[in-house]
Amino acid sequence: MPSLKDLRNRIASVKATQKITKAMQMVAAAKLRRAQEAAEAARPYAERMEAVLANLAVAFEGRDDAPKLMSGTGNDQVHLLVVATAERGLCGGFNSNIAKLARDRARSLIAQGKTVKIICVGKKGYDALKRELGQYVIKTIDLRSVKNVAFSNADDIGREVLAMYANGEFDVCTLYYSTFKSVIAQEPTAQQLIPAQFDAGKAETVDGPSAVYEYEPDEAEILEDLLPRNISVQVFRALLENAASEQGARMSAMDNATRNAGEMIDKLTITYNRQRQAQITTELIEIISGAEAL
Amino acid sequence: MAELFQFELVSPERQLLSAHVAEVVVPGVEGEFGVLKDHSPLVSTINPGILKVRNDDGGWVEYFVRGGFAEISSGVLSVLAEQAVPVTEISAEQLDLAIRNAEEDLADAKDDNAKQKAEMTLSQLRDVAEALKSA
Repeated sequence: MPSLKDLRNRIASVKATQKITKAMQMVAAAKLRRAQEAAEAARPYAERMEAVLANLAVAFEGRDDAPKLMSGTGNDQVHLLVVATAERGLCGGFNSNIAKLARDRARSLIAQGKTVKIICVGKKGYDALKRELGQYVIKTIDLRSVKNVAFSNADDIGREVLAMYANGEFDVCTLYYSTFKSVIAQEPTAQQLIPAQFDAGKAETVDGPSAVYEYEPDEAEILEDLLPRNISVQVFRALLENAASEQGARMSAMDNATRNAGEMIDKLTITYNRQRQAQITTELIEIISGAEAL
Repeated sequence: MAELFQFELVSPERQLLSAHVAEVVVPGVEGEFGVLKDHSPLVSTINPGILKVRNDDGGWVEYFVRGGFAEISSGVLSVLAEQAVPVTEISAEQLDLAIRNAEEDLADAKDDNAKQKAEMTLSQLRDVAEALKSA
């Protein structure tokens, strides 16, 4: 049985923890709003890009002279997994969910005898993967010093991936990140970057068939120019989604933690009061029985 | 008074401009082209350069744009640029930095194709720098 003093100390420490989690929750809520705004501001660009590319892609469907970024190398022996996670923990299952998705994929690829290469964006992803898959990690990209993700950050990653592709270092590239659904729901997502895949349905949202467009220079050159850019845009979008998801996950995790701390304080307070009462009763009995004995 | 059409200037980070304008001059890869109302549908990649927008009141606003493309569909012109900065906000240092980067690209270029491309970018950037200085 812990003494009264022990209980008092524990209540004080849980209260301190609760204060911290509460503060973290509020900070995450404020950051979430900003991250969401950034993700929304970036949406028009990505959407226009996708629509135009989808249009062009339809024209190139099945053609032999389609750019390599779209048609692939014709192999799928070497897989590159780009795993984008957060730089900080304490955000519930956010990091581990992304890592888990990537790890399952890597495992099944290895089991099929494929070569796996991993680029970790964000420290937490590397921490989660290094024990089992550390030997496959070829690079980690640290974004800790970056406060708000800028396009240039994504562009650097995109260029890196493209340079590797140009050197024939992999055949298929997949990007892992978390899609922001709502504050309580973030969905780990795998998106294939190379060879590029387009939703054919998107092409029709731009009015009329693609043939109506006049292309300057021709389709092939535009596609050649846009596909590499699209990689960076997709990475950028993933990073923004990740930023929003991270804050959302942290907010709900810290909300839970605050509530749990509150429950714990209540329980400890009850134990403390009971024990205090029991002690007083014992003391009283001692005094009374002492007086009676006289 | 000129007829107006919808124009959107978008960078990856945000939408910079969405307005009804009278005319836009785009630095296309095959030369500058002007866009007025009811332009035929077009997709063109753009060169680093100055994008000029003529407003309703006839005044011109200039933007420095780099990398991306312009698309005209159903009477709406959207310019998607990797970088788009109003000329009034652009600083000489930024441009210098871009030029230095281009020079590095040129030095790093492995094959003739890449070299040619880097050379082109560099000369374009220098043109922009010239244009800005003389303005």
